Amino acid sequence: MDIFQAVNVTKRFANHTALDRVSISVPPQSIFGLLGPNGAGKTTLIRIINQITGPDEGELFFNGEKLKPAHVEVIGYLPEERGLYKKMKVGEQALYLAQLKGLSKKDALKKLKYWFEKFEIQAWWDRKVEELSKGMQQKVQFIVTILHNPKLLIFDEPFSGFDPINVNLLRDEILNLRENGATIIFSTHNMASVEELCDHITLINKAKNILNGSVKEIRKRFKTDTYEFELENFAGDLKTIMDGKFQLIDEKQDEQLTRVKIKTNEGASQNELIQAILPFAQIQSFHEVIPSMNDIFISQVEGDIEKK
Amino acid sequence: MKKIPIIIRREYLSRVKKRSFIVMTILGPLLMAAMMIVPMYIAKMSDDVKTIAIVDESGIFYNKFPNTENIKFKYLNIDIAVAKNKFDSSGNYAILYLPEEFISKPSTAVLFSDKQPNITVKSYLENTLKKEVESIKLASSGIDKDVLTSIETNLSINTIKLKGKGIEEKSYTEVSTFLGLFAGIMIYMFIFMFGTQVLRGVIEEKTSRIIEVIVSSVKPFQLMMGKIIGIALVGLTQFLLWIILTFGIVTIAQSAMPNSFKSNKSDKILIGNSNSKIMTKDQAQLLTKDDQYKNEGMHELIESISSINFGLMIGMFFFYFLFGYLLYAALFAAVGSAVDSEADTQQFMLPITIPLIFAIIMSQFVINNPEGPVAFWLSIIPLTSPIIMMIRIPFGVPVIDIVLSFALLILGFLFCTWFAAKIYRTGILMYGKKSSYKELWKWITYKS
Repeated sequence: MDIFQAVNVTKRFANHTALDRVSISVPPQSIFGLLGPNGAGKTTLIRIINQITGPDEGELFFNGEKLKPAHVEVIGYLPEERGLYKKMKVGEQALYLAQLKGLSKKDALKKLKYWFEKFEIQAWWDRKVEELSKGMQQKVQFIVTILHNPKLLIFDEPFSGFDPINVNLLRDEILNLRENGATIIFSTHNMASVEELCDHITLINKAKNILNGSVKEIRKRFKTDTYEFELENFAGDLKTIMDGKFQLIDEKQDEQLTRVKIKTNEGASQNELIQAILPFAQIQSFHEVIPSMNDIFISQVEGDIEKK
Repeated sequence: MKKIPIIIRREYLSRVKKRSFIVMTILGPLLMAAMMIVPMYIAKMSDDVKTIAIVDESGIFYNKFPNTENIKFKYLNIDIAVAKNKFDSSGNYAILYLPEEFISKPSTAVLFSDKQPNITVKSYLENTLKKEVESIKLASSGIDKDVLTSIETNLSINTIKLKGKGIEEKSYTEVSTFLGLFAGIMIYMFIFMFGTQVLRGVIEEKTSRIIEVIVSSVKPFQLMMGKIIGIALVGLTQFLLWIILTFGIVTIAQSAMPNSFKSNKSDKILIGNSNSKIMTKDQAQLLTKDDQYKNEGMHELIESISSINFGLMIGMFFFYFLFGYLLYAALFAAVGSAVDSEADTQQFMLPITIPLIFAIIMSQFVINNPEGPVAFWLSIIPLTSPIIMMIRIPFGVPVIDIVLSFALLILGFLFCTWFAAKIYRTGILMYGKKSSYKELWKWITYKS
């Protein structure tokens, strides 16, 4: 059963509709990408999942139960706009936020000790937040988000503000969390990290879902039967090869190597294509061009605009 | 709801541990003492000696004006026109002109001066003249001066409140006025001081964006109430410490210099009270010049202070401070939620400050007639009742008024909190938008 479900969620504000019958289904122990351009309604949906605001219509389920206030203790949220009390000491603050999530003081202290050591920030326990660098603050905030072992985690642009080393550290932690049974809803504009991390995605544009499914399946769905070759000692004319079955998309000469992208038309298989090329060159590499999430994102959102 | 205590604890401790809180707590009583003593000291200092020239055409009043500490008299035997011409070079404060027909027509007396003569001088002159004219008139109608002195009575009416069932209570208008005003102004100050802390706290959470993390753990209402209650406790702590510290300072000062303290104290009421009191002081010094009066004043002060029901006053103060603050704090929180920085608060602060300032302006009116309809209504309406009722309390307020005022204030608090919470829960999540009153109204109508 899916750990989290939103069914036909609609939220209206005075002048616009932020969400229009949006449905998502998050399978357990997976990383779920919540994608969409700015202003699409992602933040509103995240706030609804966190019960910061309620939907006007639609239903939400956590583990098959209707979402209720007690669920905030099994959900962890790292907002995009993050911040801490600047004048408060790091340790005190982490303890306070952990207690608000329902942890007892004793438990919270024990866990904080573990995480502060792991992230090597024990020395900062008694410092004020305003004395910390931005990356340091982000670490504290990350710890606070996951401290209460939430079953569902919501990360909104978690990597912004981190240097590459810390991005790696954080990515490993996120993967660890999934390994240990947590489910993660991951909202970002960085499509490379979506390809790398996400199992499933939903794409929201103008308050509506326009795309749902697993990343692999979606990328397959959008593939265009295009293949890329790296050819050595190419001695032929591509035009003669393109005999209606194939279509040349791109050709580049790189010293001895010739890179070509060829699309197979309806009814032609990639084996036929290889056979057609084989007599004229040595094939160094051959692979199918699978569209990146970035391409899919852009084509879908722009296509959506064109439709209207 | 078990999370509200956690929030209260943080809001309370983070403020009480601040250096500014500790400094204010120590400085408060000292400042308060300074606020009372310095103006009195300055008032005493600035009272330089004024010389008043008297041009008395009849000659009857020669040497009849007793000099005082601050007013000296000079008798000129010249024409008024000449005296007026010479006025600039004479260095005199004023010229009192008493024409020939003054006795028969007392309204012909004129005081010439290059500035507006102050009220103390004017009333001193009037009183002395009145006495002299009266004694002359009495003498001319054949009454012996000794008889007159024996008849002359120094009298002030003791006011006694009938409290039903034959219980009577002596009342002291001056002391009541002072206490009432003091309590009212304290409430006003406290509401502003701690209301502003609520406002700042909300803005801090909003601008630092920590709000988003917190409201994913607790309901906005819980956060708002936790903050308001936490700061209320800070206020009560400060108030309590002030009382203890002030008491401590007074006790130490008394034991350090028992004598000077006592006489200072009796001086204080004489100067601190209305003009008529100053007059009686001056006259007393002139006429009797003995310590009897001082002792009497001291006695009266002690008696009047002991007549005040301090238990009632302090109890009322706590109630009106607490609920007055609670009512306004919710509104301060709503304003804080609607803006992005403290500089933007002004447009929304007006509806909050107007009733408070109005109450302070009306306090003079209420003191003059603490039983009147204005006093009654303002002490019933929740927005002004914390201040106005505190002003009325020392004068004695019917139980029914107090009960009504209590009930309405609590209702007002509940309503304001409900209303403010609706603005708050939407406002705290709105960044970078300039809100208008119209917008706020929309927020109230949103479903949660």
